[in-house]
Amino acid sequence: MADALIFATLNGLVTGMLLFMLASGVTLIFSMMGVLNFAHASFYMLGAYFAFAISQQIGFWPALLLAPVLVGVLGALVERYGLRHVHKSGQVAELVFTFGLAFLIEEAVQLFWGRATQDFRSPAALDFALFTLFGQDFPAWKGFMLCISVSIFIGLYFALTRTRTGIIIQAAITHPQTVANLGHNVPRLFMVVFGVGSALAGLAGVIAGPVLTTFPGMASMLGSIVFVIVVIGGLGSLTGALVASLLIGLLQSWAIASGLGMADLLALLGVSFPPDHALRDLWRLTLPQVAPLLPYLLLVLMLIFRPSGLFGKRES
Amino acid sequence: MRTLVLWAVFALLLMVLPLIFDSVLGVSILNQMAIAIVFALSYNLLLGQGGMLSFGHAVYFGLGGFLAVHAMLLTETQTLAIPLVLIPLVGGLCGLVAALFIGSFSTGRAGTVFAMISLGVGELLAASSLILVSFFGGERGVSADRTFAPPFFGVDFAQDVQVYFLAAAWLFVSVLGMYLFTRTPAGRLANAVRDNPERAQFLGYSAQRVRFISFVVAGFFAGIAGGLFAVNYEILTAGNLNAASSGQVLLMAYIGGLGVFIGPIIGAVLLTLINSLFNHYTTLWMLYLGLVFVLTVMFLPRGLTGLLMMHRLPWQQGRLGLLIRPYTLTAIPGAVLVLSLIGLLEMSQRETGPFVYLGIPLAPGSAMSWLALLAVAVIAFVALRRTLPGLRAAWAEATAQSPRSLEKGDAT
Repeated sequence: MADALIFATLNGLVTGMLLFMLASGVTLIFSMMGVLNFAHASFYMLGAYFAFAISQQIGFWPALLLAPVLVGVLGALVERYGLRHVHKSGQVAELVFTFGLAFLIEEAVQLFWGRATQDFRSPAALDFALFTLFGQDFPAWKGFMLCISVSIFIGLYFALTRTRTGIIIQAAITHPQTVANLGHNVPRLFMVVFGVGSALAGLAGVIAGPVLTTFPGMASMLGSIVFVIVVIGGLGSLTGALVASLLIGLLQSWAIASGLGMADLLALLGVSFPPDHALRDLWRLTLPQVAPLLPYLLLVLMLIFRPSGLFGKRES
Repeated sequence: MRTLVLWAVFALLLMVLPLIFDSVLGVSILNQMAIAIVFALSYNLLLGQGGMLSFGHAVYFGLGGFLAVHAMLLTETQTLAIPLVLIPLVGGLCGLVAALFIGSFSTGRAGTVFAMISLGVGELLAASSLILVSFFGGERGVSADRTFAPPFFGVDFAQDVQVYFLAAAWLFVSVLGMYLFTRTPAGRLANAVRDNPERAQFLGYSAQRVRFISFVVAGFFAGIAGGLFAVNYEILTAGNLNAASSGQVLLMAYIGGLGVFIGPIIGAVLLTLINSLFNHYTTLWMLYLGLVFVLTVMFLPRGLTGLLMMHRLPWQQGRLGLLIRPYTLTAIPGAVLVLSLIGLLEMSQRETGPFVYLGIPLAPGSAMSWLALLAVAVIAFVALRRTLPGLRAAWAEATAQSPRSLEKGDAT
């Protein structure tokens, strides 16, 4: 039991920090521009695909650097020539635009790489067990993922609180007009934040691609979860995004590892139902089965009872 | 009187259409259109009329459809005897009940929060549909046979044409119902709450209540569409209530145009038609659809109908003639550009063997084909850049306030 719990916790941490790399971008972009970027997970997918393509030509390590940069440039271009144009038509149009963009990127990826899963593997240099606990190996690649995401978190924290640009960004979140009046180029700032956010998503894609498989559905698989996190953490709150990412990562990981189900609960209560009962599916549910549902359940409950999220200050 | 004539024409059109398109494919496309129109219009009640952006509208469509299929199954096993013509109503009522429940907590806020709740509910249901196998049938879905229903005045609905008339009748009733709803005080207030919820609240109307009413009505009609789907295809799968299905209806309504009642109808008709006609020719249809959608959001925020409505002012002022020449001048290089780009994309998809595109043989293997098509695209692009300023100037002239209307404006 203890070994399963420890491994579930470790895996949950890896997933949680990976989710945070995406959620931080969505949160930053939302708090600055008021746009929930549906296409954010698509940039994550592009990161994985770009890295796959580059690593086939010149190896994985250059790809780790190049792919996020490419995705970041693409993101900045999308902001400059797409989103800025749509901004005039209002918030709903912006949301619909990013939704359409996500749709488009998924189709474009299928155009270039096809529908099949790509054979994107972690580099051989990291193909060993980091440590062995209770006879189970913890792959070095996951440790590497954790290292990258934690250092991104620390870097982001310092960049936002300790650097001049970070302070201007923070100011632009709450008082964009005033910042513009002080002579800062706020539209360019938006473009940079959008680009950096996309690059972070791209980096997340590079390190997640080998583990979570690189296929055209990987964006939609993670995309909605990232929204759940951003809403649960509180729209616009980076701390909230971190807490919610870890919460969702751990919750899912624990639920999958536990193997408990309704049958156990019913046995505990001493209740039993005939096998052809009308609600028979309900009595046979297990936690691993329900695991993918949990984030959405949490989201709906959160939106009903505390729409501002865990750490949020405003509702929309 | 004029609207009455329009409705009569609409009813007549529904009667005549299957006589014109009487092939198997024609009738099947007509049936798909009927379903899509009801679904898209119900979505318009949310987004177009009520300002609620939903990413989970397929929930009501799917639930309605699944319950309708189960009702058909119960009729098949002779537990119940529901005539087939009432099956869409079963779907509608199911959509209504689901919307009553979900709307009670999701309509409190519009905008991003509403969009997120709809997304969450949609994902929740899509994920549970794969778990609750006895109701949703898992990967295989649930299927029934519509011919077991008691015959309706001797009609057993074994043929698609018979189903068409059932669908057309429900289509007419639903379109009329939704149109009339937009005319009721509740429908009018939905517009007010969409445009300025605070002001509506100050006038004494609860924004939540107004949104809730629109939401429930939209859920009801989406359920009817789902019921029609069940009658037509006799099968529902988890794919009918997932995010992709919700996205499709958003695309239809948006491309058609949200501001005007007829917009989503045009979008539904057009997309169903193009989808069924071109799906066989290209594997890239979804990519083109995505491109059209993104371009629509960027350049035609009011959709195709909005584009048509923009011509009302020039038309009223009798200056539509000014636009004919610049339109043709831009349309020729524009069409050439689009067609050559499509040709390039299609070539990239077919690695093997030559194929004929618009009567021109293309060989993906030879550089000649690529270069020639690329050259055509570049030339068309340059030509388009040259004709656009002329179009812009003509548009400005055609939409300029006439001196007479300006004088009138001064007098008042």
